[in-house]
Amino acid sequence: MIKVIEMAHNSYRKLKEKTIETALFLSALSSVLITIGIVVVLSYESFGFFKEISLREFFTETQWTPLFAEPKFGILPLVSGTLLTTAIALIVALPLGLTVTVYLSEYAPHKVREVIKPILELLAAVPTVVYGYFALLFLTPILQKFIPDLSGFNALSPGIIMGIMIIPYVSSVSEDAMKAVPMHIREGSYAMGATKLQTAFKVVIPSAFSGIAAAFIIGISRAIGETMVVAIAAGGMPNLTANPLEPVQTLTAYIVQVSLGDAPHGTVEYKTIFAAGITLFFMTLGFNILGFWLRKRIREVY
Amino acid sequence: MVKELKAEVKKLNFYYGGVQALKEINLPIERRKVSALIGPSGCGKTTFLRCFNRMHDLYPHNRYEGEITLYPDNINIISPEIDPIEIRMQISMVFQKPNPFPKSIYENVAYGLRVRGTSKRAVLDEKVEKSLRGAALWDEVKDRLHHLAFDLSGGQQQRLCIARALATDPRILLFDEPTSALDPTATSKIEELIIQLKDEVTIIIVTHNMQQAARVSDYTAFMYLGEIVEYDKTDRIFTAPSNKLTEEYITGRFG
Repeated sequence: MIKVIEMAHNSYRKLKEKTIETALFLSALSSVLITIGIVVVLSYESFGFFKEISLREFFTETQWTPLFAEPKFGILPLVSGTLLTTAIALIVALPLGLTVTVYLSEYAPHKVREVIKPILELLAAVPTVVYGYFALLFLTPILQKFIPDLSGFNALSPGIIMGIMIIPYVSSVSEDAMKAVPMHIREGSYAMGATKLQTAFKVVIPSAFSGIAAAFIIGISRAIGETMVVAIAAGGMPNLTANPLEPVQTLTAYIVQVSLGDAPHGTVEYKTIFAAGITLFFMTLGFNILGFWLRKRIREVY
Repeated sequence: MVKELKAEVKKLNFYYGGVQALKEINLPIERRKVSALIGPSGCGKTTFLRCFNRMHDLYPHNRYEGEITLYPDNINIISPEIDPIEIRMQISMVFQKPNPFPKSIYENVAYGLRVRGTSKRAVLDEKVEKSLRGAALWDEVKDRLHHLAFDLSGGQQQRLCIARALATDPRILLFDEPTSALDPTATSKIEELIIQLKDEVTIIIVTHNMQQAARVSDYTAFMYLGEIVEYDKTDRIFTAPSNKLTEEYITGRFG
């Protein structure tokens, strides 16, 4: 009798486990399916675009004017705008982010760290549209005082703001990497008579190098994908230039522009957003793969 | 034979916050000899060793009392007026686990010289070779000085750490259980090396392994509960200890 009850109990438990496992699997599956769905739609729609516009024109034409009477479909101005704002962001985020990280990981007393870290993470919580207006209405006028040639819309100001915006992403991941450097490695450096600064820059940063690099790549991906700041403050003018003082348009800002407009479904104008989208997708994918590869390498060192 | 002292510990007390870890330690450190610190886990031998290069200064709430006098210039190593960095430039340490830096073999050895501002290639080249020879590693690595130090085996990495410690011509070399992470072959190489090195430098070694203390050291201090129970020539400690506790420890009855 007891055995029967036990068996019934066992099979009930197994059923319950199975149900939970299936539910968990399905929710994991859904995220995979959604990703695949996005890629499929992106590919399908941009395939339609490339049936009409050759890849050759797409990559060699130096103008992007799909909405004009005589449309030109060269993606380079948008790619250059994206890379330019991202590079400016990186130039700001690299030294600042690294300084913040070194301070938090090597210098800050525990109590100070507990205060600064949440404040820093708050930077990530500011809505990007606020950053955008901040770039346009606050930073650009200040910069114009120093650089009279600076146009009202430009790559510089949103680039700087994006740099500040990605500092929390960069410093939080690279701080984890630096904290993961074992104490005995630091002690080895101190025991040779090194100062804190020497230890941080000559030993801790090289030890955590792949983690720090991965952090910056996450930051780069974030900057490439950033939309609101550049849509508001960069000017919305596809411009194949390396001059940060001129207005530019990024891939993301272009997509916003067309999505908000009234390009009829099925037209080439409409399909350009998918072409821009898939270009963006491959750019961020490339950086994410690089970041993933670098992060995997961290674990091999220790 | 006249004994020559390299350092002398006088009434040393050490506290981790409110906890006293070392009690009234008095100990002479003979010049160009190997002094071993033995004792059961938690007896304070590593804590004691780390006083010599002020490693405790890296962490908050640690406090020293008393004196460790370094001869011939009579400076008190643990005095708060003395900059720990100055001390660490003169007293090197080899750690329990090999801890090479993520740099080339060459740069690992040159590290101590570089942090104190030496950058002349010729000087560095010479010191690196001399130190690697001193650590019996030169022949194994001379053809790949610019390879990453992580490519070396554990025993080689530990000898690299010894070379790194030697490169700055230390006055005292501290070893904190240097072979506890190594296999027997690598261990015996390190032990031979320690015996060779004492011709040039004063050595203090902490070891868990009593045979090791017997093999490499000239003097041995037995520590228990933060105190030095007995200090004598190594032969005497291991053949005719005068304290009952020492005898029990070395015969393996506790610890």
